[in-house]
Order: sequence, then C-alpha cells, then structure tokens
Amino acid sequence: MKKTLSMRVRSVAMMLLAAGLTTGCATSGEAKDPIEGFNRAMFAFNDGLDKAIIKPVATGYDAVLPNPVRTGVTNFFGNIADVFVGVNNLLQGKLTEGVSDFGRVAVNSTIGLLGVLDVASDIGLEKHDEDFGQTFGRWGVGSGAYVVVPLFGPRTVRDTMGLVLDVAADPVANLDHVPTRNTLAAVRLVNDRANLLPADKVIEEAALDKYSYVRDAYLQRRRSLIYDGNAPREAESQ
Amino acid sequence: MKTVAAFISSALIATSVMASGLAPDALIKSVSNEVLEIIRADKDIQSGNTKKAADLVEKKIAPNFDFLHMTRLALGRDWRQASTEQQKALANEFQTLLVRTYSRALTEYKNQTIDVKPLVLKAGETDVKVRSEIKQPGAKSIQLDYYLQKDDACWKIYDIEVAGISLVTNYRESFANEVRNSGIDGLLKTLRTKNKSGDAVASQK
Repeated sequence: MKKTLSMRVRSVAMMLLAAGLTTGCATSGEAKDPIEGFNRAMFAFNDGLDKAIIKPVATGYDAVLPNPVRTGVTNFFGNIADVFVGVNNLLQGKLTEGVSDFGRVAVNSTIGLLGVLDVASDIGLEKHDEDFGQTFGRWGVGSGAYVVVPLFGPRTVRDTMGLVLDVAADPVANLDHVPTRNTLAAVRLVNDRANLLPADKVIEEAALDKYSYVRDAYLQRRRSLIYDGNAPREAESQ
Repeated sequence: MKTVAAFISSALIATSVMASGLAPDALIKSVSNEVLEIIRADKDIQSGNTKKAADLVEKKIAPNFDFLHMTRLALGRDWRQASTEQQKALANEFQTLLVRTYSRALTEYKNQTIDVKPLVLKAGETDVKVRSEIKQPGAKSIQLDYYLQKDDACWKIYDIEVAGISLVTNYRESFANEVRNSGIDGLLKTLRTKNKSGDAVASQK
C-alpha cells in the first residue's frame, strides 16, 4: 500500500506526457500551450471539484480555526517540506542555501516543537521555495508544453516530471501508517487551499479569462523561481 | 495557484501625488507607508468595503501610474493598429480593471508590512526597478518589484511584479487573443463588459 499514491501519480504523469506528445497539434496556435483543448477541460474539472468539495471544506476550516493555529499547521507542513527544499538546493549546487534549509529543519523540529513554530525564520534562516521541477529547470531542461494535471493543477511537462519526484519523495505520502498518512495529506490539502482563499477573489476580479490568466501567471511564476527571483525581463514584442 | 496568492499583497502598493520630486525608492516607500497607515486604521476596508478601497486607490495610488504605458505594454504589437481614440479608451478601461483588482486586494489586508530596498540611482537613468518585500507573520515574504520610468520631472510606475508575476504581461495573451478574434473594438467591448459586471458584483456586496 505504501507506494500507491506516488505510483498513481506516476502513471497519470506518464499518460499526460504521452498525451502532450501525441496531441501536440490538436488545438490552438499557442506555442507554449499546444494542448489547450485538453487543458481547458482539465481546468474545468479541477475547478468543479474545487467548487464542489475542496473550497467549501477549506472555507469552513478557515472560519473555525483561529489564525495562530492555522499558522502552526502551515509551519508544520512547511518544516516537512524544507527537507526536500534543502535536497533540491544541493542538487542545484546552492550549498549555502541547502545547508541553511537543513539548519531550519534541525531548529524548527526541536526548538520549534516539531515544526509548529518557525523559529528558524526569526533567527535569520530564511525559508526557500524549491522543488524538482525547478532543479530540472536549473539543469537546463526546457519547460515543455503547459499541462493542467488532474487534481494538481497547472504544470509544464518539466514540472510534471518534477511533481512525480516531489510526490515520490514526499515524507507524508511515504508514511507506513495509512490512516495517519491520509489524515495528514487531507489536512495539508485543506490548509493549503485555505491559504489561497483570499487570492480567489482577486483572480475573479482581475481575469478576463480565468484559464489563461492562471496559465500565464503560473508560467511567469515558474520562470521567476528558476532564476530565484532575478529573471531577466521578457522581451516586449513591439 | 499558490503563485497567485501573492496578488493579495499587491494591495500594499502605494504612491502619492505630492511625492513627485522624490527618488523612485523614496516615492514607493512614502506612499506604501501612507496607504498602509490608512488601511490599518480603517476597519471598513479590512472587512471588505471595496468601494472605500477603490476611493483610496484612485486618490493615492493611481496618480503615480502611467496607465497609457501599461496598456501599450499589455497590447504589445497590437498597440500600433489602434487609433489614438481607441488607445485612450483602452487605457481607460484597463485602468478601471486594475484599480478594481487593487481595491479588492486591499480589502484582504492582514498585518503585512513592506520593506522597500534602497536603490542606487545612476546619473541619467530614466528606467529603474525598485525592489521590495512584503513581510507577513507566519509566511514566506513576497517579492514585490516596481518598474518606473521618468516622465519629465516625476517617476511613474508602468509595471509591477508580484512574486515574479507581472500584472501587465499577464494580460498580454488574453488581449492578443481578443484582438486576433474580434479586433481592437472587440477587446474594448470585452473590457467594458468585464468592468460592468464588476460594478454589478460590487454593488451587491
């Protein structure tokens, strides 16, 4: 049972990669979004699932839990994530950042009461944002087409490969005790979603077409992350 | 999706009319602080009064933006095929859309503070990027960069990047799509409809 989740994700990812390769010219003239038809359908599916189940649960969670508790939950999962943030920094050759990430885990897991308090940030060990998709990007792997992955949402082909590794390496998904694993995964999902609730309204306000707004924001954001926030400005095709 | 969460904090942008003689980083700093102070003291805005937030944005923030420049960037090469009247009309609608988005973001304010990085302005420079960071309790800080251009004596903002996402560039694809499918007038119509539907939503609340 242990690997079920990661195996499932892996097979989904492979299917998507295959879909991306074979339906490359099915829709739209957009170079970065060649499977737009498929993506829009998946986007609608994810959005429907969100509206029907995830968002209502997250809204309830948000209403019931006081802010300090939610921060504690966010910190707890952030601490677990920091392990592989550190691994990815090392894989990208960023030794100082990687060591700092492991320092964060050491400090927060002990003084920070199993990660509930982010003591490390207070003493100047800054939290980073890294994953396998960014590592591939650093290594020079091209981003490939944009793909909306069922349940997981916006990715590129490269980030989908990264996602497969992220999930395979995820300490929560690898827990042996199934009820604990499922509970933690569910709480993490709901907590992450609750953190995004304020963004919903802003996107609704801003977007002419929600699909392309989210897509373009995702692609810009990933590009920026790969450059660690120092991406050169994109050419102004004028 | 997480990426876009950063938009909330684009709320913290601020600039002011009276600050025109200031250096770019000083300008961003002075107006950010001013707007933050107003929001902190205003429970209406914090509890979702978008009308009040929109007034604040129009008065304190909008005058420091160059909306014509922003619209030109968002349209890219399609800008040249628009007549002067169309350009003005587009800039007008785009301004309404951006102001509304900002106002919405301002109502999501929760105890963030803003840290503007000092900028070393080289002699004769007229196009700069001012970096800042939004700090929020219990979360990773968010990078917020302003692009400014010197226009006569004063600096005007022509783009903002929230966590690496440019507010202007993010419209480029959907604008280009509209123009490809239904021309400049089609885009204008879509923007007007969008802004009108926003009015309806705003008055319901």
